[in-house]
Amino acid sequence: MSVLVYVEQAEGKFKKSVFEAVSYAKAIADQQSTNLSAISIGDVAESELKELGKYGASKVLNVSADQLKTFVNQAYASVIAAAASKESADIVVLSNSFSGKGLAPRIAVKLEAGLADGAVELPSTDGKFSVKKTAFSGKAFAITELTSANKVIALNPNAFGVKENATDASIENFAADIKQSDLGTVIKDIVRATDKVSLPDAELVVSAGRGLKGPENWGMIEELAGLLGAATACSKPVSDADWRPHSEHVGQTGIAISPNLYIAIGISGAIQHLAGVSSSKVIVVINKDPEAPFFKVADYGIVGDAFEVVPKLIEALKAHKG
Amino acid sequence: MKILVCISNVPDTTTKITFTNDNTEFNTAGVQYIVNPYDEIALSRAIELTEGGKGTITVINVGEAGNDPTVRKALAIGADEAVRVNAAPRDAYFVAKQIAEYARDKDYAMILTGRESIDYNGNQVAAMVGEFLDIPSISIIKKLDFDGTSATIEREIEGGKEVVTVSGKFVASCAEGVAEPKIPNMRGIMSARTKPLTVIEAVAIDAVTKVAKYETPAPRGAVKLVPADQTESLIGLLHSEAKVI
Repeated sequence: MSVLVYVEQAEGKFKKSVFEAVSYAKAIADQQSTNLSAISIGDVAESELKELGKYGASKVLNVSADQLKTFVNQAYASVIAAAASKESADIVVLSNSFSGKGLAPRIAVKLEAGLADGAVELPSTDGKFSVKKTAFSGKAFAITELTSANKVIALNPNAFGVKENATDASIENFAADIKQSDLGTVIKDIVRATDKVSLPDAELVVSAGRGLKGPENWGMIEELAGLLGAATACSKPVSDADWRPHSEHVGQTGIAISPNLYIAIGISGAIQHLAGVSSSKVIVVINKDPEAPFFKVADYGIVGDAFEVVPKLIEALKAHKG
Repeated sequence: MKILVCISNVPDTTTKITFTNDNTEFNTAGVQYIVNPYDEIALSRAIELTEGGKGTITVINVGEAGNDPTVRKALAIGADEAVRVNAAPRDAYFVAKQIAEYARDKDYAMILTGRESIDYNGNQVAAMVGEFLDIPSISIIKKLDFDGTSATIEREIEGGKEVVTVSGKFVASCAEGVAEPKIPNMRGIMSARTKPLTVIEAVAIDAVTKVAKYETPAPRGAVKLVPADQTESLIGLLHSEAKVI
């Protein structure tokens, strides 16, 4: 019995959400009085793999096969399941990232495991193994019992935090068998906006809605976000009108996020929007309508015109940063 | 070309979510049910891909007879036929197995789902169906083109997108951007009544998860309002009180 964590790399590097998944998996391994191994697939330097020890991984399986340099959902799932069986792992943990969402269900089927995706807390293990996960698009949580012997957990970004737990990680090359039939998808292109903070795992988010009146007015939103090191987001009407890309739409039919700080500017706070952001730790609402429903779920609010308030905030932030 | 679209029956997006029986069951009283909005996007793209006699669409739902209005809605939007697997959907594993066993010996070029259902937010069924059938699955796609033999798909990744091609059968879960959701017209609604809706029995498989209890998010304290003429003090509050910047 042990715990295995899949550590997703992007261009040879691990992101914070990966260290968070390792920290979370280490805490589960401690709960179970067992060891934590990690599996990395792709081209990752040994020094980067060693970093995983800092968060509690005592062993890192490294798969660097040529066919697996870039993401192939089916083959990656097979390799992770093979690693789980090699390590006798009955619990597999991964980050609930876009790729993680594609992998976790396949791993669960391979291991005949119950899957808790969107996990927000450590499992409770009082006789039953239950994981708290988001449900009803942020309007509720479901305490989900995993009744199978094997278990897969996909952790929501920002739900657990990164916790250091220094261990010396041993690195071991893992030569997994790769079936040709697992290589059915081929990546033709990867487009990454490298100058921007990625929204799903951002700690700070600046979001704006129809109150901004048009896409030409997003300059101040981007400037505020840039000063904070925040990602930008928007409401549904804004992405529907193509003022901003769909990938920025947060809410019930967009993406659900749980940053430390969510600043909503010119967004009234329809129930569908609130669903996607209600698990943010601190919510700031700026709206000229004092009756906007968003104020009811905000921690801080300013009743005022975005076109006056946001420039003042930018000035204040510049002064704060000195 | 035949396309299978998986349809989930979910509470309307404006539903206030409450629970009964000591928070162990979702309170269905007064709840309006709809086709899961993401599944509508998947169905709408299937309709675009089969328009002009290029193919047919089957929608499949795993659920009891109470789901039939939702299934008929999918037929009204434009599916050609419907299949309902007559069983309460116990978990994603159970549902995916039902869909996979239905599709296994049939010649669907692709199986489409929504990116997640808006009730349990799983995004599990598509990839599980792919695994049960041992065919590729691509999750959370933003664009889907099909040239008759291979598909070109854009998939969302953190901070960008990945363009993927796949030949042969596949499963994909659709997000916003794949298609504009289609609204049923009067002709669609009329014809939906007579389109075939076949009810089949479920295959036996154990569920592997069980919701033990629901919780609602803890209410926030009252909002602290900062006067608009003291906007700059917000930065101080976020720094020293909330400690988030």
